[in-house]
Amino acid sequence: MSTAAIEIHGVSKTFRRRERGAGAPWWRRQWKDKVALHQLDLTVEAGGVTGILGPNGSGKSTLIRILATLLTPDTGQATVFGWDVAIEPLAVRRHINRVSVEAAFFKELSPWENMLYAARLYGGGAAGTRQRTVEILERLGISRELLNQPMKQLSRGQQQKIAIARSFLSAPSLLLMDEPTTGLDPRSKKEVQSLLAMLRAEREITVLLCTHDMDEAAALCDRVLMMDEGRVLADGSPAELCARYGGAMLEDVFMRLTGKTFEREEEEVGVT
Amino acid sequence: MSVGTRHSEVNALFGFAERQFYVYKRYWVWELVWLFYSIVSVLSIGFLASGLTTLGVGSGSFDLRKAQLYLLVGALLWGYLSLVFMEAAYQIAWERWEGTIEYTFMAPVRRITHLMGISIFAIGYGLARTFIVLVVAIALFNLDLSHANVLGAVVVLAASIVPLIGLAILTSVLPLLSPQKGEQMSFALQGFMLLVSGVYYPLSVLPFPLQAAGAVSPLTYALAGIRHSLLDGSGAGDQLPTVGILLGMGVILIPVGILVFTWAERRAKRLGLLKRSG
Repeated sequence: MSTAAIEIHGVSKTFRRRERGAGAPWWRRQWKDKVALHQLDLTVEAGGVTGILGPNGSGKSTLIRILATLLTPDTGQATVFGWDVAIEPLAVRRHINRVSVEAAFFKELSPWENMLYAARLYGGGAAGTRQRTVEILERLGISRELLNQPMKQLSRGQQQKIAIARSFLSAPSLLLMDEPTTGLDPRSKKEVQSLLAMLRAEREITVLLCTHDMDEAAALCDRVLMMDEGRVLADGSPAELCARYGGAMLEDVFMRLTGKTFEREEEEVGVT
Repeated sequence: MSVGTRHSEVNALFGFAERQFYVYKRYWVWELVWLFYSIVSVLSIGFLASGLTTLGVGSGSFDLRKAQLYLLVGALLWGYLSLVFMEAAYQIAWERWEGTIEYTFMAPVRRITHLMGISIFAIGYGLARTFIVLVVAIALFNLDLSHANVLGAVVVLAASIVPLIGLAILTSVLPLLSPQKGEQMSFALQGFMLLVSGVYYPLSVLPFPLQAAGAVSPLTYALAGIRHSLLDGSGAGDQLPTVGILLGMGVILIPVGILVFTWAERRAKRLGLLKRSG
């Protein structure tokens, strides 16, 4: 088996949508292509936190979805711990978990019912799951009284923490985090970030962290990839990138590489 | 498959059913409303049969009691079958709406386990709800089941579960093919099954192309078999040919359903249709 957690060779992904051009009649729609990933090559060694920085539409989420076996690449090959995501998805799924920007839960069910469902999907049962769930949630600052309330009554920050706790429950070797702190209040954001740091210190785990937040990337990541329009523009540790491109912060590096400001890009590009 | 993997799959199978149980528990008021709807739908068919006398139908050799039982059996079974269809189709659509579909699809669970979990819960829930409606119908219409062979009917009902799982899996594919219209497509399919499967009338009244469609619908055989047992007293032994047909259809429909679902899942992953926004 390969020592690399992730190996990607020549992966491309294009989405096709039928759209009506400006002024065109309602029945005339044309196929339009949007390139999400362009011939991507990437190797991530096992262990550590690798950050992927880029604005909306840069291909971050597409990359995460391909690794999570939720999208198939148009060309190239992506492997997780040596297993091909398109050919051996079941083997890949046994080693990964994902925390997405929207905490994906059955909102009418309680955290406990959602956690139990997750435990069953990952081969566990009710025995021991409640104890582990309580332990993980208490470390995340979620009181056990919330365990039986419907998810919809919890704040966004609480839901996101439970999503992270759920991903810990299956003890993944590769954790895919797709903007886990986006939309959280500063306090929740900090708690999630310290949790990630704690997780890193405690367990042998590889984390791929997609984020918009340059400070978060600088604080948490050993290695940062800057992406724009489906391409990797720069690759290195935060300090290396700043030194290489002559910026005080990662945001300056992004501006030098693309000639664009990060904020403006986020406003202009649609969600991928 | 290793013992550990088998244990995981059984756990997941139970997990799908357990999750649905929790969801229904949480939405119990809605379930009461749907139960009420099922009861009034079946009762209205029963009263329709009772009302035939006022239209002068009940004279001569016409057996009104038998007609009422015929129609009620159709209404009850249709209520059950349409519920299973709806539940199976709604699972995928609902997971997309909740935003959990990606989480479920990236879990290390074989798709057959996932689909069986959905179908088995839908069938169990459908049977439980239909039983309640049946009890109400028996009490209200004072149905004469003295000639019925309940064991024969139960044997046919049990055999009908096998092709029904296949049909449920096929129906659940539709929301995967079209995030926007899949659910509505399943209603259209349901309506067609109602038309051709002899729910309220014998197939012989249909024009030939519809009769041919009815001949390949497992519901036709399930309905005919159960009616034979409840109306004419056919025993379990007499029902063996019907049971054979139903099991044979199931043996074809389940693998076909899984193959079609697998194809639809690959297509969804190629086109990026699993996301909530579609």
